[in-house]
Amino acid sequence: MVRDFFVSLRLTVVLIVFSMVLIFAATLDQVNLGIWAVQEKYFRAFVVYLQVGPVTIPAFPGGYTIGGLLLANLVAAHLYRFTFAWRKAGVQLIHLGLILLLVGELLTGLWQEDFHMRLSEGETKNYAESFMDNELALSDVTDPKFDEVVAISEKLLATKAPLQHPKLPFRVVPQTYYPNSTLQNRAAGAPPAAPGASAETTSGFGEHVAALPQPITHKPNEHNQPSVILELVGAEGAIGRWLVSTLLVAPQEFTHAGRTWRIALRPKRVYRPFTLTLLKFSHDRYAGTEIPKNFSSRLRLRTDDGRDDREVLIYMNNPLRYAGLTFYQAGFENDDRTTILQVVRNPSWLFPYVACSLMTLGLTLQFGLHLVGFIRKRRTATAGPGAPPARKGTTGQTAGHKSTLPTLA
Amino acid sequence: MKKHLPTIATLLALLAVGLTLRAPRNPSEFDVIGFGGLPTLVNGRVKPLDTVARSSLLVLQGRQRVVAPDGRTLPPAEWLLDMVYHPQAADTYQVFEVVHPDVLALLKLNTADGAGGKRFSMVQLNPGIRDLDRQAKMAGDTEAAVRTTFQRAIIQLRDAVQIYELLQSTAVAPGSDDFLGQLAKLETVLAAAPPPAPTGPPMHGVTDGPLLLELARSFAAMEQFSYLRVIPPENPANPMEWRTVGGAWSASLVSRRVGPAARTFVELGRAWRARDAGAFNAAVAAHAAGLQRDFPGVMRKGAVETRFNSSQPFYTSMALYVAAFLIAVVSWLKWPAPLGRVAFGFVAVAFGVATIGIVTRMWLEARPPVTNLYSSALFVGWGAVALCLVLEQIYRNAIGSVAAGLVGFATLLIAHHLALGGDTLEMMRAVLDSNFWLATHVVTIAIGYSATFLAGLLAMIYVLRGVLTRTLDQATATALTRMIYGILCFATLFSFVGTILGGIWADQSWGRFWGWDPKENGALLIVLWNSVILHARWGGLVQARGLAALALFGNIVTAWSWFGVNMLGVGLHSYGFMDAAFWWLVAFVISQLAIIAVAALPTASWRSFRTAG
Repeated sequence: MVRDFFVSLRLTVVLIVFSMVLIFAATLDQVNLGIWAVQEKYFRAFVVYLQVGPVTIPAFPGGYTIGGLLLANLVAAHLYRFTFAWRKAGVQLIHLGLILLLVGELLTGLWQEDFHMRLSEGETKNYAESFMDNELALSDVTDPKFDEVVAISEKLLATKAPLQHPKLPFRVVPQTYYPNSTLQNRAAGAPPAAPGASAETTSGFGEHVAALPQPITHKPNEHNQPSVILELVGAEGAIGRWLVSTLLVAPQEFTHAGRTWRIALRPKRVYRPFTLTLLKFSHDRYAGTEIPKNFSSRLRLRTDDGRDDREVLIYMNNPLRYAGLTFYQAGFENDDRTTILQVVRNPSWLFPYVACSLMTLGLTLQFGLHLVGFIRKRRTATAGPGAPPARKGTTGQTAGHKSTLPTLA
Repeated sequence: MKKHLPTIATLLALLAVGLTLRAPRNPSEFDVIGFGGLPTLVNGRVKPLDTVARSSLLVLQGRQRVVAPDGRTLPPAEWLLDMVYHPQAADTYQVFEVVHPDVLALLKLNTADGAGGKRFSMVQLNPGIRDLDRQAKMAGDTEAAVRTTFQRAIIQLRDAVQIYELLQSTAVAPGSDDFLGQLAKLETVLAAAPPPAPTGPPMHGVTDGPLLLELARSFAAMEQFSYLRVIPPENPANPMEWRTVGGAWSASLVSRRVGPAARTFVELGRAWRARDAGAFNAAVAAHAAGLQRDFPGVMRKGAVETRFNSSQPFYTSMALYVAAFLIAVVSWLKWPAPLGRVAFGFVAVAFGVATIGIVTRMWLEARPPVTNLYSSALFVGWGAVALCLVLEQIYRNAIGSVAAGLVGFATLLIAHHLALGGDTLEMMRAVLDSNFWLATHVVTIAIGYSATFLAGLLAMIYVLRGVLTRTLDQATATALTRMIYGILCFATLFSFVGTILGGIWADQSWGRFWGWDPKENGALLIVLWNSVILHARWGGLVQARGLAALALFGNIVTAWSWFGVNMLGVGLHSYGFMDAAFWWLVAFVISQLAIIAVAALPTASWRSFRTAG
């Protein structure tokens, strides 16, 4: 019974129709939510929830459910009916490719990391920054030769639990956390002008600036700008309170127990054992217009161990693949002097290529066999005694309905 | 007679096509056609002035024909000449299409005063132009996606007026009474003046100060307000450094040298105003000869493009498709064999003409066939007709010709409406600037659209013929079902491969194979729907009638993927946002749903099966 359910073609058809409904709804919802939130809500979910007034109700199976069932259906059908024959090879290849594609998509969802790298002309960086995630960076900059940095993920700050790290001579106690905020100037020590703004802070920029909570945004061209008010507590009691925010670009400095510290909330950084220097960013336009023709970045790539030191050119449709990362030309700013590179790490990038080759081969084989069979049948049907092809109703058209049945059925 | 009818009809069709390919003739002794062939750089592409005139007219009034108040019909190039050199006369030509009732009211226009009740002249618009600007500014503050029809109409008209004014300041400074006379004086002044000092301001030491100052101001205004760059580069090594007339004259003030091209556009104006055909033709010929010497490639392309413009192959092809469709339908009722072959011949000729048109566009652009929404409409129709020709060659039951006539006509009609946005040979934006991926991904996807639409169309023929007529006998029904099935297999293959190639392109240029972008989702929906149909068929869940109904729904899925997602205005592929088409899409979807409902009627009530059964 269960087996019959999982191997049935009916289930396949129903699941594909369900996936179409899901994709269609997700496409429409992009207008409201933007592309990232839609993926979380519809595709990387077991259930799609719908907000009806104050109530959240499960409305539709999500991408994981439908994809998983489809995978189970496919694998079950093939295991149950598998026999090798040339006639079936096409269909089997298609479905093997499909299984690989679904698995690959799942792995991509789990493993792929996206960063970006902003470089102005002449600037050198050995790290990329996350699009979404932020971190609290506490750097001990006492020694001019090197900085010691402790980074605390924004997610930990959001729990508002006191945090202790062996390299820090103080505890970090988050007091207020706004996932998205704006900043507002205020007179030193004065209460914030707007209602709902952050409580008074004692040190650093917080004396003159208050944070205002904002609704979380999903728009593709906007970013959430979190702000945190936190207290640092040393062995002898509180050191002070700071307002940190991704909107405050410069770090704030303080001294504690004879050492100088810097504190900042910034996009999460991932350091790499090589550096990139932007030599030149070019923005070509078609003559006499503002229509962009090409964007390109000429960069110098150097590894820390000195084994690689060369110039690379990244432009549209021509990324740099290096050390498991791919660098794409993603944007520009600052009057064409700063380039924005998208940096992607996707260990499963090869899956779709293999899967698609298999499926294309399978489809060509399957439909090619159909076509050959069809032509052969017509030839025998029309090879009458020298008669031209009949206009209506030759036997070739009426016969052979069954030949189109697939091997799975 | 009946035996030779197909051959004769096909030859006649070819003859008609041949007539459209003839070189256009000048309506008067002025070489207006030669003027239209002169090249200019606009929007990044060097093209003949004829193309500029035609695409501007399409933007302004949705058609290329201009009728002067005295009843003469002007070729587009002649209209452009009047625009540039006789702006007062041009302002009386009714070339602005205004149909929105609120816009008409705002501009205090009366439909009775418009040509055809909807076309108005600049003179008629002028009293309300301030109100138009004000309203357009207000509408511009509203986000494009949520504008009302009034706001869209206002902005459209404002943009048309802008293009109109830009064209008028191509060679003559606007508002200057005797500009050409002043230019003639300037030449003598420049010739008399000493060569410019390498340093110091350009006006230094010139006695004719006031004239120069006034002209310098005019030149600067012209350079700012004209978008035709008609002055060829002085150095053939920089083939894209075309300048505006104003820019060339500004440079002359500094260099004290007047280039031959700048002088040509003065001479043309003088001759056109003085009705001096000899001088006009000599100026055109001299300019063309100079260009032929320095830029032979540009002139060759320009000649082909002008001929392409005047022969309008896609309109010829459209007419032939309609004829083929009607003849093929009649062949179901009478004289099936000869009329069927006449229809086939017409489809073949129309297909040949469309092929020539598409290949010419590809050569002009040096691009694969599909580069924008317009060319996708041409190509989708072309691909579907190609499949129809194959089907008709196999089955010879006129179904292929009926389908070809319909799909050929419909896609060219869609293309015609998409062309109203301006020149359809556009430059490719940076991310799309890849001939390899345009040739593979985009073309395969378009063929997938072609095939899916064709399957839906065949299904439509199956349902309508079966329900409404008695002509769908058992053999034809079976043949149609097999056609639908075969085309669906083809559609699945191409949609799938095309979608994957898109994924690979995305992986190559953005770092993700699949990003759930609306256009990607649209393509995926087509693949999924086709696979639903095939699985349902293989699993025996549907028979002939069900297959037809499912294939009909494929039309909706494909139309959504082709046009619908662009209307969302989000995502990486939203390059072709069009809102006027929204209601057409809705109407199409409703019509398809209606036919699906008809298909759901029990076969006992189908006229064909009732009598046959």
